Amino acid sequence: MITPVHYMLLSAALFIIGVVGVMVRKNIIIIFMSIELILNAVNINLVAFSAQLQNGIGQVFAIFVIAVAAAEAAVGLGIILAFYRNKETINIDEMNLMRS
Amino acid sequence: MKYIWLIPLLPGLGALVNGVVGIRAFSRKASGLLACATMTVALGLSLAAFWQLLALPTGARAYDVVIAQWIPKIPLATRNGFAAFEVPWGFRLDPLSGMMLLVVTGIGLLIHVYSTAYMADEPRGGVARFFCYLNLFCFFMLMLVLGNNFLVMFVGWEGVGLCSYLLIGYWYEKKSAADAGKKAFITNRIGDWGFVLGVFLVYYTFGTFDFRAVQNAAAAMPIETHFGVLSAICLLLFVGAIGKSAQIPLYVWLPDAMEGPTPVSALIHAATMVTAGVYMVGRNAVLFSHAPMVMEIVAIVGVLTALMAASIGLVQYDIKRVLAYSTVSQLGYMFTAMGVGAFSAGAFHLMTHAFFKALLFLGSGSVIHAVAGEQDMRHMGGLKKYQPVTFATMMIGTLSIAGIVPLAGFFSKDEILSRAFLANKAVWVIAVLTAFMTAFYMFRLMSMTFFGNYRGPAWETTGHGAAALAATHGVKHPADPHAHGRAQRSDHEVTHGPAEPHDETGKDDHAHAQGHGPWHGPHESPAAMTYPLQALAVGAIIAGFVGIPAALGGGNTIEKFLEPSFTAAAASETAGAEVRPRTDATEEHETAHVSAAVEIGLMAFSVLVALAGISLAYKVYVTSPEISEQLAERWAGAHRLLLNKYYVDELYNGTIIAGTMAGGRKLWTFDRNVVDGAVNGTSWLTVISSWFSGLTDRTVVDGLVNFIGWIVQEGSLLFRRFQTGLVQNYALLMLFGIFAFVSIYLFVR
Amino acid sequence: MAQAIAFYFIAACILGFAVLVVTTRDTVHSVLFLVLDFLFVAALYVLLGAQFLAAIQVLVYAGGIVVLYLFVVMLVNLKRPPEAHEDPHRRTKLGFGLAAAVLLELGAIAVYGSVNPAAPMPATPAIPVSGNTEQVGWLLYTSYLIPFEIASMLLLVAMIGAIVLAKREL
Repeated sequence: MITPVHYMLLSAALFIIGVVGVMVRKNIIIIFMSIELILNAVNINLVAFSAQLQNGIGQVFAIFVIAVAAAEAAVGLGIILAFYRNKETINIDEMNLMRS
Repeated sequence: MKYIWLIPLLPGLGALVNGVVGIRAFSRKASGLLACATMTVALGLSLAAFWQLLALPTGARAYDVVIAQWIPKIPLATRNGFAAFEVPWGFRLDPLSGMMLLVVTGIGLLIHVYSTAYMADEPRGGVARFFCYLNLFCFFMLMLVLGNNFLVMFVGWEGVGLCSYLLIGYWYEKKSAADAGKKAFITNRIGDWGFVLGVFLVYYTFGTFDFRAVQNAAAAMPIETHFGVLSAICLLLFVGAIGKSAQIPLYVWLPDAMEGPTPVSALIHAATMVTAGVYMVGRNAVLFSHAPMVMEIVAIVGVLTALMAASIGLVQYDIKRVLAYSTVSQLGYMFTAMGVGAFSAGAFHLMTHAFFKALLFLGSGSVIHAVAGEQDMRHMGGLKKYQPVTFATMMIGTLSIAGIVPLAGFFSKDEILSRAFLANKAVWVIAVLTAFMTAFYMFRLMSMTFFGNYRGPAWETTGHGAAALAATHGVKHPADPHAHGRAQRSDHEVTHGPAEPHDETGKDDHAHAQGHGPWHGPHESPAAMTYPLQALAVGAIIAGFVGIPAALGGGNTIEKFLEPSFTAAAASETAGAEVRPRTDATEEHETAHVSAAVEIGLMAFSVLVALAGISLAYKVYVTSPEISEQLAERWAGAHRLLLNKYYVDELYNGTIIAGTMAGGRKLWTFDRNVVDGAVNGTSWLTVISSWFSGLTDRTVVDGLVNFIGWIVQEGSLLFRRFQTGLVQNYALLMLFGIFAFVSIYLFVR
Repeated sequence: MAQAIAFYFIAACILGFAVLVVTTRDTVHSVLFLVLDFLFVAALYVLLGAQFLAAIQVLVYAGGIVVLYLFVVMLVNLKRPPEAHEDPHRRTKLGFGLAAAVLLELGAIAVYGSVNPAAPMPATPAIPVSGNTEQVGWLLYTSYLIPFEIASMLLLVAMIGAIVLAKREL
C-alpha cells in the first residue's frame, strides 16, 4: 500500500538530489536544472497531499509553482545569456563581480 | 483754456529736443530760437487762457484740466480712516496761478531772448545745454504753478530746485560755481524736507491732495488758537517756503547762487523760482489763515529777513550780490505781507517784483557784459554815457523798487506797508526801515555803477595785441585783495563771468569773429539784450496800475481779482449755496481800508522815506564820495559785520557744517573703535571657540567615530568570512537554514 | 499491488534520472535526462489521479522549459569546460553533509509521521464538480482567481524581462 509517507520520502530524496546538484556543480545551467528538480519535489509533495485530502487545492498550488518555475527559468536563462555574452563563461565560480 | 496743460509741456519739449539733439547738433542760434519759440507759444497760450479766465464771472474763475492719472487709487490710512490715495496730473487755472502763469511765461520769454545775446560767447554745445536747462526750468516752474494738487506742485517744486542747481553750476569747471550749486541744492533740500512732511500731514489730515478739497476742508475747521494740526501743516509748508524763497535761516544759498549766468539769476533767483515759496503760501492761504500762530511766525521771519538782507546789501560791492540781497529782502517783504494776512498784496508784490527785479538783474548783466565780466562796483562808474539804454531802464527799476510814486513797486510795497501798519506797528516800523535801506542801497548801486568817473582799467582802442589781452585779464584780478575782505575773496572767481569759457577753450578766432575778443571798453549791449530791458521797464512802470488802492481813486483790481484764490468756497461752483466761511483774509479785507486819510499819509511817508534814502545815497556816493569812507571807518565794526554778511556763513560753517563733520568724525571713531572692535572681538572669540571645538572634534567626536568603526571592524571578523562572493556558499547558508528549521520541527514539535 | 509496483518503478526512475541530471558532465545529456525525469514525474501525477497537472507537466516542463534550456545550452558555445575554474572557498563537503543531515531528518519526520498519524483533517467543503480537470479549473476560477491573475502577470513580466535580458544590444 502506497501511503503519503512514500511520496514524502520520494519527494525528500528528489529534493536532496536537487540540493546536492545546486551545491556541487559549477555549471550554472545544471544548477538551474537542479532547482527545477527541487521544484518538482515540492510539486510531488503537493499533489500527494492533494490526493490524500481529496481536494484540488494542492494541484492548484502545483500549477502556481509551475508558473513560477517557468518565469524563473525564462528570466534566469536570460541572465545566463547576458552574462555569457559579457564574460564568455557560465562558471558560477567566476560570477563574483560583486566581491570586493 | 482746455490746453493749459500744453503750457508747461512746450518748454519741456524744447528742453528735451535741446538736451537730446541740441547739445550735439544745434548751432547757437538754432537752440536759442527753439527755446524762444517754445516760450513764445507758451506765452500765447497763457495769454489766451488768461483772457478766457477773465471772461468768466468772478466767482467761477477756476478751471481744472486732468490729463492723466498719475497714481491710481490706493486705499491709505489717514486720520479719519481710509481714503483713496490718488494723484492725477491735474492742472488748475485760477486767478493766482493765472497771474503767476503770465509772470513766468512773460518774463521767461524776455529772459530767453536776452540769453540768446548774453550767452553768445559760450561754446556751441554749452548754449544748447543752457537753453535746455532754462526750458526745463520753465517746464517745472509752470508745473509748480499750474498743479492742482500738492504732489504735482511738488514735482515742479523739486524740478525747479534741480534746474536751479544745474544752472547755478552751469560753469561747472569753476569750483565756486559748482559749490554754489551744491549749496543751493542742499539748503533747498532742508526746506523740501519740511514741505514733504507738510504734504504728508495734509494727506493724513484731509485724505486728499487736491488744493480745492483741502481748502474747503480746512475752511470748515475752526481757526486754531492753540498749536494744532493745521498749524503743524502750515509750519512745515512754511519751512519749505523758507528754503525755496531764501528766508532766514536758509537764505544763504541765494547770494551764492549768483555764480550762475546773469539771466539765470534774473529768471530763477529773482523773478520766479524764489517766489515759489510765496506762491505756495498764497496757494494755501486758507490753511494759513486758520493758523494765526504760524502767520505770526511768517510775518516775523519775513520782516526780519527783509531787514537783515537789506542791511547786508548796504555795503556789498558785487553788483549781483547787492541785487541778490535785495531779492532776499523783497521776498521777506512778501512773506511779511502773507504773514499779516495780506495775501493779495503779497502776490501783487510778487508780480511787480518779478518785473523790476528781473529788469535790474538783466541790467546788471548788461553792465557786466559791457565791462568784460567785471562785477565789482568799485571798478565801474560813469557808465551812464556808454550805456544809455541800460542806465535808463535800470533807473526805472531802481525807482520802482524804491517805491517812487507812479511806478509798480510803489503800489505793491505801499499796500504791504499799509496792511502791516494795520496789523502790527513793530512790523511796520521795520518794514519802513527796510524800505529806506532798499532805496539807499539801490541808489548806491546806481551811483557806483553809472555816475561819477570810470574807475575800471584802461582799454586799448586800437588793435588787439598782447597788452590788450593782458589788460582784459588783469581786470579780473584786482591788485588790492585786502580791500575786499576775507569773505569776498570768492568774488574774484565770480568775476570771470561769461568771458571765461572762450578764453579757456582757446577759440580766439571765433571770438574775434563775434566781436568780443579783445575788450574795446564799455559799450551798449546788443539789441537782443536791450529790448527785453525796455520791455521789462515798461512792465516795471505799468504793472502797478492794476493795483491802485482805493485811497488814490483806483479800484485795486488785482486784489479783487486774486481774492477768490485765497478763500475757500469761492473756487467751488456751489459758492452761493454754501455758507461762506469767514477767513482771516476776508476779515482783514473788510477792515483794511477804513481810513483813506491814514493810508494816504502812509503812502506819503513811505515815498518820503524812499526819497530820503535816495538823496542820502546820492549825497554819499555821488556828490561827496569821501563820506562813505569816513562812515566806513567810523563804524568799522558794523561795516565789517555787514560786509561779512553777519558772519552767517561762518556761523553755519562753524556750527552746522563743523558739527556735522565733527559728528561724522566721532561716528567714524566710534565705528573704528567700538564697532570694529566688537567685530574683531567677536571674530577673536570665534577663533578661540572654534579652536576648542576643533579640539573636541578631534578627540571626542573622532574618537567616538573611530571607536565605533573599530567595533564594527573587529566584530565583522566572523561575518566577513561568510562574504565569499560565491553563490553556492550563500546557498549553503540557505541549506543550513533549512536544516535548522527542520531540526526545530523535528525536536520541538 | 500494481499501484505499488508502478510507484516504485516510477520513483526509481525519477531518482535515477535526477542523479544523472546532476552528475552528467555533458550539459546536453543532462537536459535530456531532465526531460525523462519530468516525464516520469508526470506519470507519478497520473498515478496520483492528477491528470490535468500531468498534462501541464508534460506541456510546460517537458515541452517548454526544457526546450528553453536546450536553446540556451546550444547558444552558449563553450570554448573551455565550464567546470575548469574552482574557487578555493567552496564548501562542497559541508554542503554534502548538510544535505545528508536534512535528508535524514526528513526521513525521520516521515517515518515518525507514519508511526504516529496526525489527527484527521476536518472535511473540506464539497466541490460541486467532479473530475480532476473540472475541479482544478473550478478552484482556479473561484477561490484562487486573484493568485491566478497575479501568476499570469508574473509570467508576462518574466517574458518581458527575458526578452530585455537576452537582447543583444541592451
